[in-house]
Amino acid sequence: MRIYKHPILEIAEAKIVTVYMDSQPIIAHENDSIAAALIASGISVFRHTHKTGEPRGVFCGIGQCADCLVIVNGQPNVRACVTLVKEGMQIQSQSGYGQVGTPL
Amino acid sequence: MKCADILVIGGGPGGLGAAIEAAKAGASVLLVDENPRMGGQLYKQIHKFFGSQTHYAGQRGFDIADTLIAEAARAGVELLPQTRALGCFDEGQFALLSLANQDATRLRTMKARRVILATGAKENAVAFPGWTLPGVMTAGAAQTLANIYGVLPGKRILILGSGNVGLIVGYQLMQAGAQVLGIVDVLPSVHGYEVHAAKLRRANVPIYLGSTVVEARGETRVQQVIIGQVDACFQPIEGTHQTIECDTVLLAVGLSPRTEIAAMFGCDMTFERRLGGLMPIHDETMCTSNQTIYVCGDLAGVEEASTALDEGRLAGIHAAAACGYGDEARHARVAALQSSLNTLRSGMHGQPRKEAKNDILQLAHRKGIVGETI
Ligand SMILES: Cc1cc2nc3c(=O)[nH]c(=O)nc-3n(C[C@H](O)[C@H](O)[C@H](O)COP(=O)(O)OP(=O)(O)OC[C@H]3O[C@@H](n4cnc5c(N)ncnc54)[C@H](O)[C@@H]3O)c2cc1C
Ligand code: FES
Repeated sequence: MRIYKHPILEIAEAKIVTVYMDSQPIIAHENDSIAAALIASGISVFRHTHKTGEPRGVFCGIGQCADCLVIVNGQPNVRACVTLVKEGMQIQSQSGYGQVGTPL
Repeated sequence: MKCADILVIGGGPGGLGAAIEAAKAGASVLLVDENPRMGGQLYKQIHKFFGSQTHYAGQRGFDIADTLIAEAARAGVELLPQTRALGCFDEGQFALLSLANQDATRLRTMKARRVILATGAKENAVAFPGWTLPGVMTAGAAQTLANIYGVLPGKRILILGSGNVGLIVGYQLMQAGAQVLGIVDVLPSVHGYEVHAAKLRRANVPIYLGSTVVEARGETRVQQVIIGQVDACFQPIEGTHQTIECDTVLLAVGLSPRTEIAAMFGCDMTFERRLGGLMPIHDETMCTSNQTIYVCGDLAGVEEASTALDEGRLAGIHAAAACGYGDEARHARVAALQSSLNTLRSGMHGQPRKEAKNDILQLAHRKGIVGETI
């Protein structure tokens, strides 16, 4: 949920960018972290764990815990909370460890 | 290879204070921080500070950050945001990783004669069934989402922990439009400052004391939380459970110093419960058992922004003096900062911190840890 009215913070008009989460378009603001953009669109599950497939989302929000890992433009293990969105970015929720490199 | 007199790691109030004083004394200073903007936790603090004019009373955290960043730039500090210090290689080379680009130049090395560590603190977690569900997060994560990105982490929020972080974040989320359903704490009384608790009470937010979160339930996100009263051993008491329908649980259960880099430099540590746990031992000059490493702010014991700033200034003056900079006037400046810290560490909340700090200083003396400029 975006904050549009705030008694203290100035909410500046933000440039809109489109990113994709599991191929679905998402409207984001230019300086959003991936985590902020996903949560603003109501998505709280970012990945599923390796052993038990449990859902995970944001925990620390500042890049310290690795709970929020997603796949960005094919690269796994990207921390959604400290990576900013870019126009056209392809984000995928991650299952387990993610595939590093391209299989031969 | 680039060689600075002083490398400051961490750009919160501690690191900014250190960099400003060292640069004003004449040292060449490089300040790195991993975030897109300098300022550390100050950028999330949208409330007005209280205290004295020298501690920017009446100003909001983010304005104080802007003031300090401008002062650092004027003093000639080289500011390097989006850069994480990884540690030290052989022969005293520091490894700095740029988070802004992906190419071969992203890992850079440099040398420095003295290093001031101002890496701040990390938030503690607490485990209960369901604590890994999306929707359970630290209070700092919620504060970052709301105050930096303008996004609410949820609509109906329960907070575990009645310290200042829990109280302040709760009030800030209400200002941003969320519903705060309650603050839960195992302690028999509110842990943080009464001024902050009063704002929540006025808004009719219940504060459940002597209670804890027993379980969080939900399929893909928190939907329900069970809270219950605790006995003298902080164990939940059967029959006191109640269910709260909410989508978010925030953990505000304390901070611990971020000691990884200090440990890497071999700084002797001590465990000081009153200041957040494991932390590097330091003397009055903020020098550690490694004579080239100084510490300040939450890393040197978790306190608050104003103490971090003063300690940072002390570290900056002393580290610069160790490099041969600074005039006679610095002695009066050091005395003023020390008396200011004394004032900040008084009263019901400050006194225990003052005693803990004194114990650290005495430990440093017993271990023969003495900065070069005492
Ligand atoms: C969630 C939260 C809310 C708070 N609310 C208040 C409040 O309302 N009022 C108050 O007075 N105090 C508050 N505090 C405490 C206060 O913010 C801190 O005491 C103060 O910011 C400490 O300053 P510091 O410079 O030591 O650390 P910080 O402000 O935390 O700054 C440390 C910086 O170093 C960076 N860093 C760490 N390691 C590295 C590395 N290896 N390389 C590069 N950069 C690195 C971090 O990302 C961070 O930006 C709060 C703290 C937290 C965590
Ligand atoms: S939420 Fe902890 S690293 Fe992103």
